Amino acid sequence: MTKLGDTANKRVVLAKVGLDGHDRGIQIVARGLRDGGFQVIYPGLWQTPEAVVRTVMDEDADWLGLSLLSGAHMTLVPRILGLLKEAGLEQVRILVGGIIPEDDIPALLAMGVSRVFGPGTPLSEIVDHMNQDLGPNRG
Amino acid sequence: MIQAANTADGRESEAFLRWKREWESSAESDRPATTVSLEPIAPLYTSGDAPSQGKDSAESFPGQFPYKRGIHASMYRGRLWTMRQFAGFGTPAQTNQRFRFLLERKQTGLSTAFDLPTLMGLDSDDPRSLGEVGRLGVAVDTIEDMATLFDGIDLEKVSVSMTINAPAMVIMAFFLANAQEKGVDPAQLRGTIQNDILKEFHAQNEYVFPPEPSVKLVTDVIEYCCEAVPQWNPVSISGYHIREAGSTAAQELAFTLADGFHYIDECLKRGLEIDQFAPRLSFFFNAHNDLFEEVAKYRAARVIWAETLRNQYKATQEASWKLRFHAQTAGCSLQDRLPELNLVRVGYQALAAVLGGCQSLHTNSMDETLALPSEHAVTLALRTQQVLAFETGVTNTIDPLGGSYFVESLTQSMRNQALDYFDRIEKAGGMIAAIESGYLRNEIASSAFAYQREVDARRKIIVGVNAFEEGEAKPLELLKIEESVETEQCERLKRVKKLRSNEETRRVLDQVRKVASAGENLMPALLEAARARATVGEIMNALADVLGRYRSCMQ
Repeated sequence: MTKLGDTANKRVVLAKVGLDGHDRGIQIVARGLRDGGFQVIYPGLWQTPEAVVRTVMDEDADWLGLSLLSGAHMTLVPRILGLLKEAGLEQVRILVGGIIPEDDIPALLAMGVSRVFGPGTPLSEIVDHMNQDLGPNRG
Repeated sequence: MIQAANTADGRESEAFLRWKREWESSAESDRPATTVSLEPIAPLYTSGDAPSQGKDSAESFPGQFPYKRGIHASMYRGRLWTMRQFAGFGTPAQTNQRFRFLLERKQTGLSTAFDLPTLMGLDSDDPRSLGEVGRLGVAVDTIEDMATLFDGIDLEKVSVSMTINAPAMVIMAFFLANAQEKGVDPAQLRGTIQNDILKEFHAQNEYVFPPEPSVKLVTDVIEYCCEAVPQWNPVSISGYHIREAGSTAAQELAFTLADGFHYIDECLKRGLEIDQFAPRLSFFFNAHNDLFEEVAKYRAARVIWAETLRNQYKATQEASWKLRFHAQTAGCSLQDRLPELNLVRVGYQALAAVLGGCQSLHTNSMDETLALPSEHAVTLALRTQQVLAFETGVTNTIDPLGGSYFVESLTQSMRNQALDYFDRIEKAGGMIAAIESGYLRNEIASSAFAYQREVDARRKIIVGVNAFEEGEAKPLELLKIEESVETEQCERLKRVKKLRSNEETRRVLDQVRKVASAGENLMPALLEAARARATVGEIMNALADVLGRYRSCMQ
């Protein structure tokens, strides 16, 4: 039976992985998600893939949002997905935002990323997508 | 909110009253009339709004205190702004090629973009650099890379800007040591190193060491260059990044100038004379969408700087009072939908910078939301400046917007808002305290969020994004950074390490640690380290051993 109540499926870890320090977007998303009733954990800049996965585990997160603007996504995202799998955390839904060339999106989705949000995405679109996703026990 | 326009004897004129009636009875658009910074703007400005100024007062002339209309008597009639496109990607050889490409197309100065590992003081072979080498700028690990970067470029003829902050003193040492090895007279070197660590703590987050030791490193470069490289700008006090992080124009203005004042205070504490270093302090502002707000911002910047340097810091040389700035069109305004529209945005933004009297300008390329600029896109961006300079006529007269009721009113308002912020930073305990408490970061984040709300609610329109949308986009030919860049750069680094004396490297790094511990100027030790072929990462690690590493508080 799925968790009922408004905290079900609403824990989000937001992460900046790698060296990129541009955090305007992720800070705005954090505020927007909080306003949208989500519990947001943002551990700050320069997270290693290992540290991110650890946080996801410790925080029992339903979602992981990655902000990547430096072009390193095709190295970092597979690494994180691999580590999540190793940790038995495949059910965590992954969202990616930032600067992701169109050409790379199909590959990311095929890897297991739930959705890629480009620049110009309204906050409501992100919140709606997350609210519509009923979680791993949907059915 | 409508400003009254008073006649000379203080009464509202018949014509004004009539206008007011007609205005009030006409339908107004339901979208609020605000600047991009969300400042409300009146429908009309009149002589009653422009601050009174004597017809022939010194204030109204370019090249005269407080330089509201421009820092030189002739401005663009004497010499155009420098067209200086920020460039860098891949290996030093690739960036050298792009530099030559741009110089061939008649840009008049160079500006260097470094990759993230270099910006963060890491070598290309550091595990944390994986996937990041050469992607956002050029990879520089040792002085050898500096040599390749400027190969075939006459450093006595071309001015060079380098955008780097946390490891600025290291890169400056590499640049200087390379110039010396090539027989270039340091007195002939012209250029700028950004070296503005304070704004990293406010906005860009490319810091390594804690705030106070970081500022000391900035001051080392200023002190050293004053003597050794007299035509060099040892710091480019920046508002660009603060604005990119989402601040308002007034915050950009205030926080940048406040940073400048903090550096001055530190230099004075060290025993430097104000007129010794102030003339070489330079600035870097954003050129955003709202044209008049930007022009007012630049004019207000010149006025505040001149007043503060003369009246508060008692500088006696005019060169100390003159605020010189580089401008860059707003990266955060570029969109990935209908990217050709970015050409238009950049055109308007460049116009703002020029109407505002910038000394140097970079125009963004239309494809920069997607990748680093392609050759075609950067050519168009450069040509945008050339069209502006040669086809529009805006350079024919100095400060063409001077005297505009609107612009003079905005200039004064911008100045007042900045002064208000100076007070608030004081009350917050000064610059370092304001950084540590997160006061400035919070101001910026709040502005960023407020703007996003306006966009999401469509009270602020972005063409092609939340209005006037198109369907399928025609794909652009984008610059691709090859995977091989990282391997190639790591191989290069390996070769340099093999050929150098590791004993000498150890010695110079020990010296760096020693000097850092003693609190002396690090530049001589860094120059030695550069010559020994020590790497950026090695030097930064040596410094971190003494200065520690910093992680800012997260709200």
